[in-house]
Amino acid sequence: MSGMLVMQIAQTVLAVAVAPLLTGMVRKVKARLQYRTGPSVFQPYRDLSRLFTKETVVAHNASWLFCAAPTFVFAATWVAAAQVPTISFDVALSPAAELIALFGILTSARFALALAGLDIGTSFGGIGSSREVMIASIAEPAILMLIFVLALVAGSTRLTDIAFFVASPSVGLRISLLLAFVGLAMIAIAESGRIPVDNPATHLELTMVHEAMVLEYSGRHLALIELAAALKLLFYVSLISAVFVPWGIAPSGGTFVQYIIAMTLYLFKLAVAAATLAFFEISIAKMRVFRVPHFIGAALMLVLLAALLRLVSQSF
Amino acid sequence: MIPLVPDIAHFLAGLLVLLSFVQLYQSRLPPLISIFAAQSLALATFVAWQAQIQHAPHLVITAGITLIFKVMIIPLALHGLIRSLKIHRTVETVVGIGPAMMTGMALVGLSMALMMRTSAAVDVVVREDIAFALSVVLLGLLMMVTRRNAVSQAIGFMSLENGLVLAGTGAKGMPLVVEISVAFSVLIAFIVVGIFIFRIRERFDTVDIAVLDRFRGERP
Repeated sequence: MSGMLVMQIAQTVLAVAVAPLLTGMVRKVKARLQYRTGPSVFQPYRDLSRLFTKETVVAHNASWLFCAAPTFVFAATWVAAAQVPTISFDVALSPAAELIALFGILTSARFALALAGLDIGTSFGGIGSSREVMIASIAEPAILMLIFVLALVAGSTRLTDIAFFVASPSVGLRISLLLAFVGLAMIAIAESGRIPVDNPATHLELTMVHEAMVLEYSGRHLALIELAAALKLLFYVSLISAVFVPWGIAPSGGTFVQYIIAMTLYLFKLAVAAATLAFFEISIAKMRVFRVPHFIGAALMLVLLAALLRLVSQSF
Repeated sequence: MIPLVPDIAHFLAGLLVLLSFVQLYQSRLPPLISIFAAQSLALATFVAWQAQIQHAPHLVITAGITLIFKVMIIPLALHGLIRSLKIHRTVETVVGIGPAMMTGMALVGLSMALMMRTSAAVDVVVREDIAFALSVVLLGLLMMVTRRNAVSQAIGFMSLENGLVLAGTGAKGMPLVVEISVAFSVLIAFIVVGIFIFRIRERFDTVDIAVLDRFRGERP
């Protein structure tokens, strides 16, 4: 039991420790692909430490909500990211790692951030919040459908059960899992605000979604929000790697060597994901906000198709 | 490793359906052609894999024909065609991605339901492969119906033909003659469509076939 608790703490600390690294890796690979040198992969850590020491400016008409939202968003995202099995299947909180609950936590974080965007009363905050909620209203049916598909395939909505099931040798190549993978990748891009949907590196008022909501934040509030955004990206990458490529995650009661291997493999998976995401981002243009529903709608269709196929026949 | 053997064929057949959906989603021409090439590559892999597990060496020839014509020659020729017509930057207005994808889903459901009813006695994996093939055929037809551009209609037609080859090679004992004739008919169809596109373009300065509706035989 104490071993499970130690693993849970290790996994939780690991999540918040490598999240800025993942963002840094994506930026670095992207810069290299564009023939720029780019900042070091550790630049996000420096940015965060600088933001934490800077003065925090709050608007006169801000309510308590504005100050509470960053902490809440960060805490909720961290909890969700720490639940995903990354180095061990059996950790203290794994019975609570239900997919529906995890996405519920993330949704409440988004709700808080959207409210905070509206709280100040600036027009940018309002635009950002309305766009964020528009994206959420289409992405969430797709997420629920995805959970149904995974539950139909694995027989459980518990993330550790699903990962364990997919890692077992009896599961071959499944069409429904292929469709679910493509759907989840599209949802992850939309939800973590990556390029065809939202560009995290720009402050152009026509297109920004997440940046518009957090425009009024500064100092440690902004640091928490940036860290939460990095954690959200890490959550989706870890989720994809746990559900679709769970190989290498240590079984319950694993030895020390197994944990080391699991951790190395996890970092390797993160590096591969960062390179893939960066390559995808430089090869595609940002789409108009009004085309985003098409993009997420396509993800919804794919996941729906996977659910249909799975219901028709068990062999999919 | 034995349980993986039918899985790989199944997976590749499903990949073809997925790529058909990507074609429906994509409204720009150059990516559309590349997706068609990717679909043909998946088909060639599927046929080569079938040659392996059915011990049917003549299927390797089919795979080779698919690889040479549909993965290399036709996509390259189409890229050249849209470049010479200067339509490689056009974004065509489709019926609407949402309705088209929705109809596509219904068609996949239809072909599944049909195959489950009509061929209950056949082996499950083969039956589902044929259901996938029927889906690819129907999605190719849907592509031809929903597009207004002659080039994307030609791609829809060739993607439909991919579905036919999928059906023909997924089942055991299809003679090679059929496949060769199908492959050549597609090549000829491609040439005819190519000439046709040039003729439309010469006459109306566009490849949008909606212009043809207003044309009633008089000189434009």
